[in-house]
This record gives sequence, structure tokens and C-alpha cells, in this order.
Amino acid sequence: MDKNFEPKIVGIFCNWCTYAAADLAGVSRMQYAPTLRIVRVMCSGRIHPEFILWAFKNGADGVLIGGCHPGDCHYIEGNYKTLRRYHLLKKLVKQFGIEEERLRLEWISASEADKLVKVTNEFTETLKKLGPLSLREKLPEYAKKEV
Amino acid sequence: MAEKPKVAFYWCASCGGCEEAVVDLAEDILTVVEAVDIVFWPVAMDFKRSDVEAMKDGEILATFINGAVRLSEQEDMVKLLRRKSKLVIAFGACAHLGGVPGLANAQTKEKIIDYYYHTGPIVENPEKIVPDPKFAEKQGFELPEFYEDVRALDQVIDVDYYIPGCAPTPPVVKNAVLTLLSGKLPPKGAVLASDKALCNECPLNESKPDEGIKIEGFKRYYEPEKVDPEKCLLLQGLPCLGPVTRGGCDALCIKANMPCTGCFGPLDGVKDYGAAALSFMASVIDSNDEEEIKEILEKGIPDPMGLFYMYSLPKSLLFRKLYIKEEK
Repeated sequence: MDKNFEPKIVGIFCNWCTYAAADLAGVSRMQYAPTLRIVRVMCSGRIHPEFILWAFKNGADGVLIGGCHPGDCHYIEGNYKTLRRYHLLKKLVKQFGIEEERLRLEWISASEADKLVKVTNEFTETLKKLGPLSLREKLPEYAKKEV
Repeated sequence: MAEKPKVAFYWCASCGGCEEAVVDLAEDILTVVEAVDIVFWPVAMDFKRSDVEAMKDGEILATFINGAVRLSEQEDMVKLLRRKSKLVIAFGACAHLGGVPGLANAQTKEKIIDYYYHTGPIVENPEKIVPDPKFAEKQGFELPEFYEDVRALDQVIDVDYYIPGCAPTPPVVKNAVLTLLSGKLPPKGAVLASDKALCNECPLNESKPDEGIKIEGFKRYYEPEKVDPEKCLLLQGLPCLGPVTRGGCDALCIKANMPCTGCFGPLDGVKDYGAAALSFMASVIDSNDEEEIKEILEKGIPDPMGLFYMYSLPKSLLFRKLYIKEEK
């Protein structure tokens, strides 16, 4: 296994909670693994499963979904929809031959910068153990076109 | 009299249902035959590959190809037909999206051959005979290569239009053919059917409650006597894919108490049909409790890939099961 492997994590965070937590971690100058690439969406319920499959296909080693704690959703129940999709999607990615640990859902509120730091570090370690996904390289040429 | 436009039909990895769909045009087929000259149709007429080879490039106006591509022979034929045709139309779900044969992408080639020649329950093959290209060569003929993956037609050649369905229904075929003959061609890459979801034309649509659908669990297909034919099937817990599937089929399955399995494929603009289907199916579950959600999914949707990608695995973003790790 390559010891220098730095996993790529795509974090898709809701505007009201997890994204704000990442912001707080930033202004508080907290140190954490530089593996996270953040995409902001208005609500975790906005995250179409297609985004996640696309991320896996195009180079992500792991995808982290961040939303508000249950009951705290700015749009009442967007995060519950995410919760249901997440569990079904985990089953699906497993069938596709991707380790289900590569997909992770965490509820992180706007004040929980420390939780974001902890989760990112933990997730980075998990992915380091799993190794690179390199899904795109494993696909035959004719299947790469579908982007 | 001006020469009639030439049309060809070909089949690849398919069940033959799409050929049936052409014949199902019934008397309307006479209108089609009157307007065109069929120059190649292996299932019904005696033309050979050499007849196609003898044609000029682009001589055929339109070639309708059904079936997915799995063998080298199929690839070879569709490439030849592509050269000889002005338009190539992917006919039916297998050519359009990979279809049911596309589900083979959830397995490896080796596993499939092993099952069908050795381990399957109805196989009796004590001498362990498998198709052997070298042996065939000695006998003076050639066996086509069995490829690693199943591909939809547009993953092999350039495709101009798509006619969806498993199999395409006669009105869809008729409209598509009339559109092509009218000379007013739609933009390249168009799917020649409605761009509205099946629910839009479903006779049970009226029975949906205004506040949306919430269900407590999923039922499997094998209890048809428990289905109320007057009520939305999804509302009754049957995993119907109507909300994300292209309409145009007249809701034939729904009228027979069968939930939609998605053969018409995604609506325009959807990249991954299965992801869209998964998204809506998960969101109608009426539970906010994590453990309960897991249980509902475990019982109701044991095989998400088979349910959501029944016709579209090769055209999904991930194309196939990636690397098969043996279950520990």
C-alpha cells in the first residue's frame, strides 16, 4: 500500500449547519486533514444520489454528507429524506463493488466545528486503510464518456 | 417513380421481442412497407451480410437496431450498418440503455460462463465442454468473442435517435417511424417518445392524495390479489417507478396491476436513471427513525441495483460492478 496516499474526500454540506461548522473551523484556525473538498448545497435534502455516484466516478475516494441534526432542518425535514436515501444508497454502492465505508453521513450543527474536524480526520484514516478507489481508471474506455 | 427510401433492421443481444414489436404494428406495417424498401432484416427476410457489404456507404436511410452489444460479431455488424446508413436508430430498451441483458454487468464474464456451462442447476456437462474458439477454428468456422461487458448501442457506435421500451409499443413505433419519414427530423440524440413522466398519463394518477405519497413499507410483486386496481400502486406500497420513467406506453403494466419497472428509461436531462429512481423511492418512506428506515429497506428493497437499474445498468454512471471481491 502506498504510504503517501492522500485520499480525496468530497464533502457535500448543507448551508445552514455543516457548512457553517466548516466555516467556524476555518476562522477558529483548527487544524485538520487537508483531504476535504467542500461543496455547499442549501439543504442536505438537495443532494441527489447522482451527485455521489458522479463524485465516485470522477475521482473521489470518499463522500461525506453533512446535514443538520434530526429535527433541526431549516426546511423542516430535508435531512430525513437524506437519511433514507443514504441508507438505500449504501446498499447500492456495495452492489457496485464500492466499499460502503466510503460513503458517510454526519449530522454536524453550526457550532460543532470540533466534530467536523474529528469526523474529517477519522474518515481520512478509514480511507487511507481502504486505499485509493480510482474508479475511473478501472472503467473501460467506452464507459468513461458518461459524465 | 423516385426510389423508395431503404430501411434495415438488425438484432443483437435481445430476446426478439423488439422484432415482435415491429410485426405488432399489424395493418399499419403495410403503410410502412409501402413507403420504404426493406433491404436487410435477418429475422424475417433472406438477406446476407454480403448484401449489406455490397451497398454504398450511406445508402440505407435508416437502420433500426435492437439489443445490447455483447459479442464481437454484434459489434462488427453494427459498425458495418453504421457505415452503410444515414441514420441509426436504437430500437428498444436494450439498444437504448443496455436493457435486461445489461444486468450481466453485475457479474464477471467468467462467473457467467461457469454458471451456464458448469454449476447452474439444470446444467449437465460431465465432459466440461465450453465454447472454444480454437476448436472451432480447426473445424473451419469462427466463434465470436464473448466480451467482458454488455454495452448499449451508443457505447459502440454513433446513434442518431432512440425508440424506448421493452418492447416499444405499437403507437410509439408508429409515431417514431412517421416522424422519421416526415423529413422534419428532431435534434440528433432525441428519444422519440413523450417527455413526460408515466404518472402523467397513468389512469390511477387521480387517486394520489394532494399532500403527496407516504408509505410505511414496500410490498413485493407476488401478492397480486391484494392489489386494489383503483388506487395508485405506489401508494399501496408497490415499488412503481412511474414518477421517474418516460411515459408513452399508455401505462400498460399499471392497467394489469403491475408496477412500472422503468423500461422507457429516464426523462430528458437525467444522467443516471437508477439514482433518480432511488432518490424518489427513498423519500416516500414514511419514517424518520433510522432503525425503522433500515428495516423497511432491508425487507422491501433487498436488491436496489436490480430494481432501479433493471434496464439501464450499462448506461448508468458507474457502468458495471467494479471489481468483484469474493464475499468473506
